[in-house]
Amino acid sequence: MANNEVQNQSLIEKLQLIDRRIIFVFIACAVVIPLLVGATMEEETTPIVQAFFDYVENLPEDSRVLLSFDYGPTTAPEIQPMADAIVRHCAERKCKLYMMAVWATGHNLTGETIVNVLNPEFPDYKYGEEYVNLGYKAGNQGLIRLLLVDFKRMYSTDAAGTAIDSIPMMENINNLKNFDLIVSFGGGFPGIKEWVLYAGDPGNVPVGGGCTAVSAPLLYPYYPNQLIGLLGGAKGAAEYENALITAYPQYENKRMAGMSLMVSQTVSHMVIIFFIIFGNVLYFLHRSKQKANGIEGGQS
Amino acid sequence: MKRTVPLAITFIVGTVLVLADFIPHKPFGNLGDDFSLYFDIIAVFAFLLGGGNLIRVHLTKINRKRPDWQFSIVTLVGFVVMLAAGIFKISNPEGIQGDVAAIGSLFNDLYMYIFTPLQASMFALLAFFVGSASYRAFRAKNIEATILLIAAFIILLGRTPFGLWLTEGLTGDLAFLQIPNLANWVMDVPNLAGQRAIMIGIALGVISMSLRVILGVERTYLGQDSD
Amino acid sequence: MSKTKMTAWVVFAFVIIAFAVSVALKGALVTVGAFLTLFIFSFLYKDNPYYKFAEHLFVGVSAAYWMCMGFWGTMVPNLFGKLYPPMVGGVLPALKDNPAEPFMIIPLILGILLLMRLAPNAGWISRWALAFIVGTTAGLNLVRYLRSDFIQQINNTTFSLYISSAAGFDFGQTMSNIVIFIGVLCGLIYFFFSKEHKGAFGAGARVGIIVLMVTFGASFGYTVMARISLLVGRMQFLFGDWLGMIK
Repeated sequence: MANNEVQNQSLIEKLQLIDRRIIFVFIACAVVIPLLVGATMEEETTPIVQAFFDYVENLPEDSRVLLSFDYGPTTAPEIQPMADAIVRHCAERKCKLYMMAVWATGHNLTGETIVNVLNPEFPDYKYGEEYVNLGYKAGNQGLIRLLLVDFKRMYSTDAAGTAIDSIPMMENINNLKNFDLIVSFGGGFPGIKEWVLYAGDPGNVPVGGGCTAVSAPLLYPYYPNQLIGLLGGAKGAAEYENALITAYPQYENKRMAGMSLMVSQTVSHMVIIFFIIFGNVLYFLHRSKQKANGIEGGQS
Repeated sequence: MKRTVPLAITFIVGTVLVLADFIPHKPFGNLGDDFSLYFDIIAVFAFLLGGGNLIRVHLTKINRKRPDWQFSIVTLVGFVVMLAAGIFKISNPEGIQGDVAAIGSLFNDLYMYIFTPLQASMFALLAFFVGSASYRAFRAKNIEATILLIAAFIILLGRTPFGLWLTEGLTGDLAFLQIPNLANWVMDVPNLAGQRAIMIGIALGVISMSLRVILGVERTYLGQDSD
Repeated sequence: MSKTKMTAWVVFAFVIIAFAVSVALKGALVTVGAFLTLFIFSFLYKDNPYYKFAEHLFVGVSAAYWMCMGFWGTMVPNLFGKLYPPMVGGVLPALKDNPAEPFMIIPLILGILLLMRLAPNAGWISRWALAFIVGTTAGLNLVRYLRSDFIQQINNTTFSLYISSAAGFDFGQTMSNIVIFIGVLCGLIYFFFSKEHKGAFGAGARVGIIVLMVTFGASFGYTVMARISLLVGRMQFLFGDWLGMIK
């Protein structure tokens, strides 16, 4: 009996100290296998995402929407799908799209959205009349504060060097208050929080957007008084895509990036939950064995 | 000079910006806008400082043949190639007057196929470490940790269709106990409450620190006197 | 030759051959991206020269990227283009006829002072530029955090604790509002360390800890979600764009 207990205890300890590379293999399989299978998954829209969708859906034609691409390659898998979906939606609503970036890396990703979504799917959208790419400017919250007061003091040209005053859709844009909606795709600092603090609240301009899943819980206090809606992570992107397909059935057969992530996400969550439960089971087993050994030791 | 002038600059700039919020007219409003513009431009010089420091550190490492000095050559070569591609807009289809990140330019290609894979992969590693940490470190050792664990489970399950599948039998008055609904409630109510309390606490900290900096009480940003 | 060295050479040869085959089949750019991704992932096995190579390359490329974007995005149009517009006529012809703004000499001087940090004996003067940056940040943050993160958050928490509608008493929303109100209050009580957490105050702090634990649990769940998403993105690149196994 004592030998079995020693053997079982060492098995528990062995499992507790298992090489972490084995865990890595499980995680990798949980992510890769669903991707290879090619399944997608619909996501029911949560109220905070639906609120943002409804706001955009109710925007009148020619509404001015400022889209700030404040993320980089590190967070692109989460945020690029929501950027694509929101740009699609705004273009369906025939809004005027003003694209800029407070992150340097956001500028390149703006180009990807234009090339992959706007140009092929909305060929009637003319540059300078329906959409404009203003590019990146340094300054973080200082930039946003200045744009609230004098937009053209910072943006004297667009990203390609065209004079801002020669772009038709920039005609009546003097500051951020001239926009009907500010959408921030935030990968960190500066992001949605800075747009709320330095533009939305002082300028009374509606602010919404999408952010990484890490940032999403931190932004809930701003909803709904300071933030009209929020897409949190890849799930938020998938929810928005679902809402878009429901409202615009022509997208039903289109492969949406956010939805294609969700099966891998689901399986990975299951694996992580299993590891947490298994790790705790081993921990409590080990602890009870230690207590039992301690009692036996005291008696002898 | 070494400490008095910087303290005076901090005081003047900070005070003007605070006053500009309350008096948005001349001179404070205009000065506030000017200072914001100068701040945006000085931020770029900070990037140049970073690049310069990088060159200095790695050249020193190569000179003194410190461990792994060979990799410093890789750093410097990558730096020079990317810098040249960007500053001179090499192979830019729109020429020197075009967008630096124009599709088809060498700069954009380096961004897409070197910068993006490297940066994205660095952060993708975290998924593996989260899994490993979940197994090895996440223990329900006390009540607080157990509550944390339960909340995490609700979110992890609730944000996937598996959570709905587990509890779809709960209908009618018990529908709020379905895991996705619980997850939404956790985010909208207790998470919101906790995050708001943290946000208010942080705001008080930022306000007091900002005041201390503007008034010159907080001087750690000036470094040592020997600098 | 030792076994370790021989293994290292074999691995190196394998990498070179695989790289060459991939370039032939998939093209150079995608291959470079894929191999750099795999070099970073090789850290999961253990630290190795391929990871170090990728890591050092990233540092250099990243620094240069930000410099270029800052230079063309802000410095050229907003500094040189305003200080002396004809200077930028060759690269930004749209700005060359704009009026000059002589006061833009101030950020230029401050920027140069910041760069003096690199000089061994004159580094102290960079404090002047640093003071400007710190002062601006402090000035901007003070009012904005006061308004949006303090006053407005208190405003957001002052709501009715009894919700009724045409359909009658709304138990769910009432309970939620009560939980939010008590949660915020107790969370703030917990963070108040100037008074000992005893008696009723201690009970409030205890409730605060529970609310905060739920908050951190939710954050953990979302963090897991975020990290997994990043990995899925990389795997989509490797198995989709590179190996072509994902349709």
